[in-house]
Amino acid sequence: MRARTKRLWALGAGVLVLGGAAVLTATAVQDSAAYFYAPSSPELDIAKTAKRARLGGLVAEGSIQRGEDGRISFAVTDGAASVPVRYQGVTPDLFGEGEGALVEGRFGADGVFEADRIIAKHDETYVPKEVQKALEEAGQWRGPPARESSAP
Amino acid sequence: MSVELGHFAAILAFALALAQAGLGIFAARRGAGAQAGVSRLAEAAFLLVAVAFASLAAAYIRSDFSVANVAANSHVAKPLLYKIAGTWGNHEGSMLLWCLIAAGFAACAAWFGGSMSPSLRARAIGVQGAVSALSLGYMLFTSNPFARLNPAPGSGADLNPLLQDPALAFHPPFLYLGYVGLSFAYSLALAGMIEGRTDAAWARQMRPWALAAWIFLSIGIGLGAYWAYYELGWGGWWFWDPVENASFMPWLAALALIHSASAAEKRGALAQSTVLLAITGFCLSILGTFLVRSGAITSVHAFALDPERGLVLLGLMAVAAIAGFGLYAWRSGNNDAPPAPFAIVSRESALIVNNLFLGVAAATVLFGTIYPLILEAVNGGQISVGPPYFNATFAPLMSMAFLALPVAPLLAWKRAALAPILQQLSVLAALCLAIGALTLAAFGAPIWTAIGAGLGAWLVLGTLYELLQRGNWRAGPGVFWRRLRARPASAWGMTLAHIGAGVFLLGATIETGMRLEATISLGIGESAAFYGRSVRLEAVEQGSGPNYALERGTVTIEKDQRVLAQLKPERRFYPVAGMPTSEVGIGNRGFSDLYVALGEPNAGADGVRRWTLRVYWNPLIDLVFWGVGLMALGGLVSLTERRLRIGAPAGRRKSAPASAPVAAE
Repeated sequence: MRARTKRLWALGAGVLVLGGAAVLTATAVQDSAAYFYAPSSPELDIAKTAKRARLGGLVAEGSIQRGEDGRISFAVTDGAASVPVRYQGVTPDLFGEGEGALVEGRFGADGVFEADRIIAKHDETYVPKEVQKALEEAGQWRGPPARESSAP
Repeated sequence: MSVELGHFAAILAFALALAQAGLGIFAARRGAGAQAGVSRLAEAAFLLVAVAFASLAAAYIRSDFSVANVAANSHVAKPLLYKIAGTWGNHEGSMLLWCLIAAGFAACAAWFGGSMSPSLRARAIGVQGAVSALSLGYMLFTSNPFARLNPAPGSGADLNPLLQDPALAFHPPFLYLGYVGLSFAYSLALAGMIEGRTDAAWARQMRPWALAAWIFLSIGIGLGAYWAYYELGWGGWWFWDPVENASFMPWLAALALIHSASAAEKRGALAQSTVLLAITGFCLSILGTFLVRSGAITSVHAFALDPERGLVLLGLMAVAAIAGFGLYAWRSGNNDAPPAPFAIVSRESALIVNNLFLGVAAATVLFGTIYPLILEAVNGGQISVGPPYFNATFAPLMSMAFLALPVAPLLAWKRAALAPILQQLSVLAALCLAIGALTLAAFGAPIWTAIGAGLGAWLVLGTLYELLQRGNWRAGPGVFWRRLRARPASAWGMTLAHIGAGVFLLGATIETGMRLEATISLGIGESAAFYGRSVRLEAVEQGSGPNYALERGTVTIEKDQRVLAQLKPERRFYPVAGMPTSEVGIGNRGFSDLYVALGEPNAGADGVRRWTLRVYWNPLIDLVFWGVGLMALGGLVSLTERRLRIGAPAGRRKSAPASAPVAAE
């Protein structure tokens, strides 16, 4: 086989794989990308019809209610508005009232956000950047929580 | 040893690394004196960085809280292992570890690189010196671990408790050995281009370094996945999280690189892609460090971070990419090595296909990982790309690659016939289809789990078939035994690694598709059903560890009145860091695990205190970790042969005499 034909073959195979991957990528990104919303975002109505969404803010004080079989409900607030959330499972170690939280899932028909994932923090001083931004916009941001012992 | 001494040593090492870079890159052909000088500079720079590292480690061991880094990340009550691990368990210290390894690879090339031509070695050490200098400069100017606090606090803030774990103590060093190991592959690629010789002899030098980096990355990623599995208590081991992808992309690039280098070494083909993959691999390593260190993308594994220092890392990646790809554009036409022709059906082509799939798969992972960053930069939208994206893109691409994998080692170099090989493999293919169908029908697995199981069996059996074929098993056991004994270590390494890939795939797909999980609330003495088993919470006791308080549950899992496992999951609270963590209870049965995580207690409506338990049945989960282990072991076995042959300049023969130096230029 001549070198030219060979190059064409190689080019064809490359284009095929790359093109296939591009199509896969484009469809998959549309299906699985989750936009972030703050409880007071004006676009929250869009979120209610979205396949997947992320919601972030602080877990409202006094809102955590633990039920049977690890069911838990709480509200996520950014100070201006709050959204009720349902979740089932063991909550991350660093989850509690007044703490920043980022939940992922979709809105149920009753307007309650059904989270299938709570983004866990690995670090007491970490706040997801979307949450920080949302809190800043709502005027509720008080800086990252300081570690207890870093105070002199 | 005070940290000031360490700081001084690091500054001196920075200066020496600059000299090493200048002398190595520009004076490599000025004779043996200059070449030896480069090696001595590399050794000295390594020793100095080692002194710097030791001084910081000593400050951690002594709990010297006048050092800001120690005060922020350590505590007197911490066990010694985690005091030492604390040295690299933070941004500044991990950068010092990065510098230590970068300088260490240069020194290793000076000590063990005797089989390289002297000018190639000097240039490679020179480029590595530039990498060291950039890393040391980055550390000294943006992330100084030696800074003091005045007044010194009386106690420290403790290492993040999640990191106080044996697997995670060694996860960062292995990952960094891999990341920075790729920097030496990068240095060799640039040195080869400067020399204008990216030929078979050059590729023979490239392979062991790339292989070593890949082995370290495999071990590092494996440890990280294992840690996530038993420490986070979410039942899973891989979440397609940006931080995980950060280490996975260089791994894929390194995997393509070692395959490409094997073709370049044996046949002088694919030299160009070997160069490009070496450059890409190191750029992805820096990108990975950027993703982890900058916190630019919200990750489930996120730690508190400093975005600005992260951005400087992006700048360093740009420098490495521009230098690498720029040199490639400028010098790649300037190669002495004649092209090695091969037919469309040949081992070379199969390796090209392999690289194509690995490259495209890495690109889809890269896209999914940084798409949120790009979108935010373009229109400010904040999105996340989750596991469904990666399952829908990465899995089909890799499935096709896996489909082709057992065929490739059966193909001859240069020109091969495909039809007889496919015919030989057809029985095996039918068997694997049957295995897939059985998984589907008998165990009610989802369709893609069945495909994964069939593919996993295809990899394992196909690789074993190749072994039978190479040993000419039809000629009798005597011949078979002799043939296998003569089989080179690199071929054994390939066999082990490919079997490892199959074992991994079996475990990964079956565990993901057939895992059982339930969340249950139990008071003491109560029990609940879990898929035909019963789970009983026997007791919950309070206790304390060296630097934490704990609550330990005793959970018995029974089936038909027979105890399957008694597990002791824990919840720990680290008062210094103010953080709780969980230690799951794992009961191993065969290659599968019963897995229980203890949640928080709460009083139910009837006033009884109940604990939330998350119970999992993870079938064949151990195969995931065994598979990774086998892949790494395969790499190691392959490396042993390299060490024996490293001195053979152009030797195709397996018994080439060791340590015959390459004639200079």
